[in-house]
Amino acid sequence: MTLVIKGGRVIDRDGERVVDVVIDNGVIAEVGTNLSGDRMLDAIGCIVSPGFVDLHTHLREPGREEAETVETGSRAAALGGYTAVVAMPNTEPTQDSIAVVNLVRSLGERAGLVEVMPAGAITIERAGKQLAPFAELASAGVTLFTDDGNGVQDPLLMRRAMEYSLGLGITLAQHCEVSRLTDGAVMNEGSCCSHLGLPGWPSIAEELMVFRDIELARLTGAGIHLLHLSTSRSVELVRAAKAEGLTVTAEATPHHFTLTDETLRSFDSVFKVNPPLRTMADIEAIKVGLRDGTIDAIATDHAPHPQESKEQPLDQAPPGMLGLETALSLALGELDLDLLQTIALLSWKPAAIARLGARHGGPIAVGRPANVTVFDPDLSWTVKPSLLASKSRNTPYAGRTMRGKVRHTIFNGDAVVVDGTAQR
Amino acid sequence: MKHLRSIEELDAAGILSLLELTDHMVEINARPIPKVPALRGKNVVNIFFEDSTRTRLSFETAAKRLSADVMTFSVGTSSVNKGESLRDTIETVQAMGVDAFVIRHKSSGVPWQISNWTDASVINAGDGWHQHPTQALLDCYTIRQALGRKGGFEGLRIAIVGDIKHSRVARSDVQAFAALGAHVTLVAPPTLLPPSIAGWPVETSQDLDSLVGKVDVLYLLRMQRERMSEALIPSLREYTDRFGLTADRARRLGDSTLVMHPGPMNRGVEIAVDPSELPGNVIIQQVANGVAVRMAVLFQLLGQGDSLA
Ligand SMILES: [Zn+2]
Ligand SMILES: [Zn+2]
Repeated sequence: MTLVIKGGRVIDRDGERVVDVVIDNGVIAEVGTNLSGDRMLDAIGCIVSPGFVDLHTHLREPGREEAETVETGSRAAALGGYTAVVAMPNTEPTQDSIAVVNLVRSLGERAGLVEVMPAGAITIERAGKQLAPFAELASAGVTLFTDDGNGVQDPLLMRRAMEYSLGLGITLAQHCEVSRLTDGAVMNEGSCCSHLGLPGWPSIAEELMVFRDIELARLTGAGIHLLHLSTSRSVELVRAAKAEGLTVTAEATPHHFTLTDETLRSFDSVFKVNPPLRTMADIEAIKVGLRDGTIDAIATDHAPHPQESKEQPLDQAPPGMLGLETALSLALGELDLDLLQTIALLSWKPAAIARLGARHGGPIAVGRPANVTVFDPDLSWTVKPSLLASKSRNTPYAGRTMRGKVRHTIFNGDAVVVDGTAQR
Repeated sequence: MKHLRSIEELDAAGILSLLELTDHMVEINARPIPKVPALRGKNVVNIFFEDSTRTRLSFETAAKRLSADVMTFSVGTSSVNKGESLRDTIETVQAMGVDAFVIRHKSSGVPWQISNWTDASVINAGDGWHQHPTQALLDCYTIRQALGRKGGFEGLRIAIVGDIKHSRVARSDVQAFAALGAHVTLVAPPTLLPPSIAGWPVETSQDLDSLVGKVDVLYLLRMQRERMSEALIPSLREYTDRFGLTADRARRLGDSTLVMHPGPMNRGVEIAVDPSELPGNVIIQQVANGVAVRMAVLFQLLGQGDSLA
């Protein structure tokens, strides 16, 4: 059975054109005008782009299935236009062994909504003591390693991790947080936390590790991907590192370019996140970084938590917020970028960082795997937590009206989202 | 006014009218039978997630003198079982019918969270490092009473000394004193100030000696021992040398300088003299005024225009 995407405006790394796209047997079979197929997906007024890739998703399974499962998270991802997500390793047990990695991957295959690429941990149990078996996990297809949730505190261990990663064809990614500086921290350190009497989370806790890892990249020759930059100084450090030609990449989350620490004046724990929401100046710096290429990718850090765990005092509530179903709209509405740049940040640039470029993010061209997103850039919609596909409800955008919504998502040739509705 | 979660919920006129209401309560408390039926049938629930015998008794007494029904739960935060959220706890109690919650919690913001989950009034009896509005009101009342002032605090110079960073009393007092027109100086090493006080209506100083004898009110905060292990001060001895009320500084205090402390005191640390020997010591009046101020707050929130008998 062939599928034809009719009348959309295709935008990929090769530019843009209005064409129909025929998909057959999981690959793009034909691109041109006046094409037909067994099943038609209307794309008039819509953008047709390579599927999005999220470098930073917490799917919570195994171990925290009350917050999210691979299946519910995959559904949220597909509805958000993603065809691949990198599943963070802070599961229970940790994704530091072949068995756990294979379990997560097979749960992803069973859900069949997106490619679930389990990230490996850098250290065993993310405890920061002993390296995880990079080569063994790489041979099982793991391409990205991180202790996300924790930064690797020990500079010696991080140096060795980077040296050992050389030649393995893997990407190391750092959650930049010097934990000694954030003990008990709840929100950005500044005038707002001072007023609210909440323990401050200083920017420098992030920036010191950004700086350290840039210097380790220089020393070792290994690359490093920096997760969820949140401060203006972090952006500056990465910009300088790139100007020197170091192999440093970085991502930013939609919440870090749309929300400030002022939101916590409500004391609503939905706004508690790691790293914390910062200031308007930081937001501006991140937006500039996304615009000028300093920041390579928009990543969600989708971090579901059940309502009861968020309904705790702020210092006890876990950090994290949903992101998969709102990222595109926020990127379209808040960044003032052209569509090509926006899609690059959501699709082929993160695909390259996660080393998924062979299957995701490639041009809409004959012979390519059919991982395609069709979105209406003008459709306005209002975020209703109860209507999100995620098992949790902790979106900070409840009630917010956004512009731009995914209409169809095609994963491996399969229309998994049609007219904004998940098909499985 | 529905809640009293923060001093910021009151303007100067609001503070002054509560202080005037407190005068009535002081008068009631001086009667042979210090009890009026003003809040008969109202249900006041104290939930103290952090223990504070003094504040708890003060609120209980205040509610009883207004004839409200009072229930008190002391919930050690550790005893809240893991599966039950803060919201579950509140909703369980709420089911009994509650007109006002009096909440004490070691975490900042809990009274705000609770006010989103209940129709009852919420009175903050101290949240984390954030606010303790009835303490600020009783401090204002005590100053007013001791100095015989009727209006605001224009021209009054107040120094708040010590661990401002971790102090809900300091945050509430700064707002209340400044709202009434006082000139407030925070005296502390930079490590014990909040990360940013941009916009606070205060001056700062590290030189207590230059202020002693010049201020009308010397407000000493409690200095907790664990601040040493957090590298905030080198030692309690050095703290006392720089920021404590030593015998030498006590001699240089004017006779009319009020000395205040929110209690409990660390004798030998922030106060190294016997406070009862200080002519301006009003620490005991602070405690005494607590009940009357809390009666005023409860009546203001729950009295619905009923007159005081
Ligand atoms: Zn992280
Ligand atoms: Zn994360």
